[in-house]
Amino acid sequence: MHPIRKKRLTIVLFLLVGVSVAVALTTYALRQNINLFYDPSQIAAGEAPVDVRIRAGGMVEEGTVQRDPESLKVEFKVTDFTSSVLVEYTGILPDLFAEGQGVVAMGRMDGNGRFVADQVLAKHDENYMPPEVNEALEKAAGKRAAMPGATGESSAGY
Amino acid sequence: MAFDSFSAFLAMDGHGPYVWTCYAVFFLLMGVMTWWSLRQRRAVIAQQRRRMAPTPSADERPAAASFTRIESSQD
Amino acid sequence: MWQIFHKLGSPKWFFGIASTLMPWLLVAGAALLMTGIVWGLVFAPQDYLQGNSYRIIFIHVPSAFLAQSVYIMMAVAALVTLVWRMKLADVFVTAVAPVGAVLTFLALFTGAVWGKPTWGTWWIWDARLTSMLILLFLYFGVMALGAAISDEKSSARAVAVLVLVGVVNIPIIKYSVEWWNTLHQPATFKLTEKPSMPAEMWVPLLLSVLGLYLIFGWLACLRMQTHILAREGRTRWVKELVQAREN
Repeated sequence: MHPIRKKRLTIVLFLLVGVSVAVALTTYALRQNINLFYDPSQIAAGEAPVDVRIRAGGMVEEGTVQRDPESLKVEFKVTDFTSSVLVEYTGILPDLFAEGQGVVAMGRMDGNGRFVADQVLAKHDENYMPPEVNEALEKAAGKRAAMPGATGESSAGY
Repeated sequence: MAFDSFSAFLAMDGHGPYVWTCYAVFFLLMGVMTWWSLRQRRAVIAQQRRRMAPTPSADERPAAASFTRIESSQD
Repeated sequence: MWQIFHKLGSPKWFFGIASTLMPWLLVAGAALLMTGIVWGLVFAPQDYLQGNSYRIIFIHVPSAFLAQSVYIMMAVAALVTLVWRMKLADVFVTAVAPVGAVLTFLALFTGAVWGKPTWGTWWIWDARLTSMLILLFLYFGVMALGAAISDEKSSARAVAVLVLVGVVNIPIIKYSVEWWNTLHQPATFKLTEKPSMPAEMWVPLLLSVLGLYLIFGWLACLRMQTHILAREGRTRWVKELVQAREN
């Protein structure tokens, strides 16, 4: 290559490396702010501030959703399969809200380890499938769970 | 076919407005982009032709001709 | 080596190639895109969780995919502009930047309309959505900078530097869903794994992505030809070409 072009290429590469390093350091330093929500494990470990508006996200634990019969109040546990946090919310839930589905809740931790949410958003995963396939998968998973000595592994894609 | 009838297809189980808004905006913007690109091309060709015209046409005043934008060439 | 490069960078040579390619690109692109969309809208099964709202994916993913691909192509062209000073590379960058901006806007818009019924919100400042918004502003910046500097050579270099600096945003968009907690789910299409949807969903999606790619190719050829005609107006071949069109 022509020496002038070689020089230009070196300058451009230096520019790119410099910008990448700057951006990498910035995003690394700000990673806690870039994360949209805290996991239940982070909250359990005390990483989430108390009485500050934060978001908490995870999976709605099966069998923990309790609706108040007189109001829109609902309580459920959000889990990341390591620890879980109790969420309290009053309002209309998104259509996709269900046990075993992902959620991101906005609100604050009260002193007793409860998360009081004022907004709940549904988070879904990247798996798409026709309803019949999902039913078949769930049936298969149920059968396997009923069998003695079955592993607890779930075949539905969470 | 995933739908029983045409009205079911339009309604999309209540998600119709969302789905159809997306498709409408997609085709509208891609159409506008194409139309604008074709128009730009016609305008550039017309401009080049005007510049190449050997003599200005009779109804064109000389003053108007001096204001036509001349793009610099890099050759 | 220099000879091939010289030929590749020759506007006249490109103009001819583009003219032969364009009808094929348009016909094949429109056919693929329409097949993908009709298949996705009418024949693909609904999703077990989202029902029919997921059908937005058949334009959301192609738009978002192209928005990022176009920027990567622009970055390669910017590198060529800076190192080899090839005129055609700058023609590409200035010609396709508005197309990239429209595609990015479409990705954001369709994402917002999809987000409302599924997530429960139009917009959230998560890493994926925010980095995509930055991409839109990068496209706007490239267009504005190109228009602001009248001298063609300085304009080309300034734009190329901006495009190259902005390219660090692309891996951030791509990996945002893996590096940080986001509301946006990870990618459905991965290069190394099977797509996380059945064939009757991913085949139409793949068709519409390919179709939009070809349509973009057609638009890029068309717009590059326009820029070449405007810039090379003094050369003999352009004069002859314009003359020939008259008749």
